[in-house]
Amino acid sequence: MRGNAVTHELIAPGNLAAVLELLAAEPGVWTPIAGGTELMVAFAAGRLSAARLVSLWDIPDLRFVRETEESMVIGAGVTFLDLRRHTLLAAELPLLAKAARWIGSIANQGRATLGGNLVNGSPAADSSPALLAYDAEIELVSVRGSRRIAYRDFHTGYKRNALAADELLYAVHVPRRFARHRQYLRKVGTRRAMAISKVALAATALVENEAVSEIRLAAASLAAFPVRLYRTEDALLGQRLTRETIAAARSALLAEALPIDDIRSTAEYRRRVAANLLEEFLLEIAREATRP
Amino acid sequence: MSACRPTIHMTVNGEMRAVDAPPMKRLLDVLREDLHLTGTKEGCGEGECGSCSVRMNGELVNSCLIPVLQAERADIQTVEGLALNGKLHPLQEAFLQCGGAQCGICTPGMLMAAAQLIERNPHPGMAEIREGLAGNLCRCTGFMRIFESVIAGAAEASERAVEHAHDAR
Repeated sequence: MRGNAVTHELIAPGNLAAVLELLAAEPGVWTPIAGGTELMVAFAAGRLSAARLVSLWDIPDLRFVRETEESMVIGAGVTFLDLRRHTLLAAELPLLAKAARWIGSIANQGRATLGGNLVNGSPAADSSPALLAYDAEIELVSVRGSRRIAYRDFHTGYKRNALAADELLYAVHVPRRFARHRQYLRKVGTRRAMAISKVALAATALVENEAVSEIRLAAASLAAFPVRLYRTEDALLGQRLTRETIAAARSALLAEALPIDDIRSTAEYRRRVAANLLEEFLLEIAREATRP
Repeated sequence: MSACRPTIHMTVNGEMRAVDAPPMKRLLDVLREDLHLTGTKEGCGEGECGSCSVRMNGELVNSCLIPVLQAERADIQTVEGLALNGKLHPLQEAFLQCGGAQCGICTPGMLMAAAQLIERNPHPGMAEIREGLAGNLCRCTGFMRIFESVIAGAAEASERAVEHAHDAR
């Protein structure tokens, strides 16, 4: 069954205020569409349930990058190609730049937006592990005003999130204080380009006096939505990176991860590969820490 | 408000065009059905294969993923717009000479992705070509010849650019 253009309404108010007015006037009625890399796929296959859509594409109020002393602030309408081309962002947030490089193809990167990636909420979302490892905050906006929440609290279930019916994701605030941290991001998929993650792991960590003083671990495709691995972090915090610590961290991850079997991989494979990625990162920083 | 048909204005291959189409109609279908530019092909219809690649405001896009309303006032280039005054684009010449096309379904998309690549990077290396064309699938699996065509086409394009600069002097 193919999608039929006549059965879907699409309007493009062209500015943020008008979109927010519309969402406030008829909450839950309008589905925002940005670059269309998710919704147009559903549309073509005849499984787009949204009847009325409002375009966010190229709304200047959403497509910006600003720097404050503490954070890089990235508008929800920024595309992954925008991210790649922004030299300061690439230098400051290497994990996010890396994630941007491996999302789909150049054509996808030029249309897919950071906000779309997060609101779509796929468990395999490419930008999520990096943003979780950087402890990002997100800013939500409506006619009622704006509010900021920790990104780690944004996803509330499979494809569910903290957005109210009249709210839009406005921007992501990524702290700039991770420059001294060891950073890691690796995605395992079927090929280097165009692949959806079987599993991905991101990490930022600080080792001081040979012990882990700070660590954030985040994963894609290990749960119903992108998650921080808090219990695995707990197994590492304050510890020296001995063989025993690394083994304990592996066990914690294996216990904490809740992957599923699906068309892309199996739960067992995801669990094991995620543990291997974690070990790769920990061995890397252990080597650094002991280097004279 | 509407599933009614607003008039969409676009520049397509340098010409102003006006199309009456439902706003959710895919740019791909508008190009093929309304503007009869059938060079742009549909492969997967879900942004995975790159057959429908065109350039929109200087960026490579999958036209199957673009509701035509989002192309309002955009500058679109399709494969039909690559040749200039009846002279093939160097990439098109190179695809012919190097055997870069077999069945031809992926070719327009490959050409547009390659054109996008060499405009931003006139002398791409193999890794850059592989990345630039990673979203374009060839089911005849003629990738090596396609990559060789892009290398040859890029070289010819920069030679032409040099000549052009000389002529202009």
